[in-house]
Amino acid sequence: MQDMQNGDSPQEVNQVGDTEDPSKFLGDIIGAPVVVKLNSDIVFRGTLQSVDGYMNISLERCREVDHNNKVVRDYGEAFVRGNNVIYICLDDGSV
Amino acid sequence: MEDKEEANNEPLDLVRLCIDEMVVVKLRGDRELKGRLHAYDSHCNLVLGDAEETIYVADDEDEDEPSRVRTITKKLEMLFVRGDSVVLIAPHAPIVH
Repeated sequence: MQDMQNGDSPQEVNQVGDTEDPSKFLGDIIGAPVVVKLNSDIVFRGTLQSVDGYMNISLERCREVDHNNKVVRDYGEAFVRGNNVIYICLDDGSV
Repeated sequence: MEDKEEANNEPLDLVRLCIDEMVVVKLRGDRELKGRLHAYDSHCNLVLGDAEETIYVADDEDEDEPSRVRTITKKLEMLFVRGDSVVLIAPHAPIVH
């Protein structure tokens, strides 16, 4: 039988505060203006209303903008299916 | 703000509010549908009635001009849309809260 005394296994896994669930970030920015880029190169700007586990999102005041940031279409409220999303970032108005 | 979160706490709730209303559905491949939303599910499979499909086609006939976009529209009485081609769903006329 092997002696189990060497088992000083690293119990204290680093519980670093910033290794959080990415979807927590999305939860935290609900209500904020965001830029959403889709894999078809379409960009939407709007206010993030809600997110679910598929990264489906709903946007308030959702506008589709072109490369020059010109509004090409205003949808009002909109649901965006999560599989199309490349990224969601806070809209600081600088883009 | 609080009331709004209660009414709208997941994205598909917005789609639920559009049942029996006219919606705009943006699809993959520069297509769009307008129609009355009869049903949906969590995959975004949709059943639309009185629908109109719009296809945006780049028109390259005039080579000296930048390609203009031509649209083709088709009327469809009732259709089932497979969810994986859905990009965006929006109420056609904004819903008044």
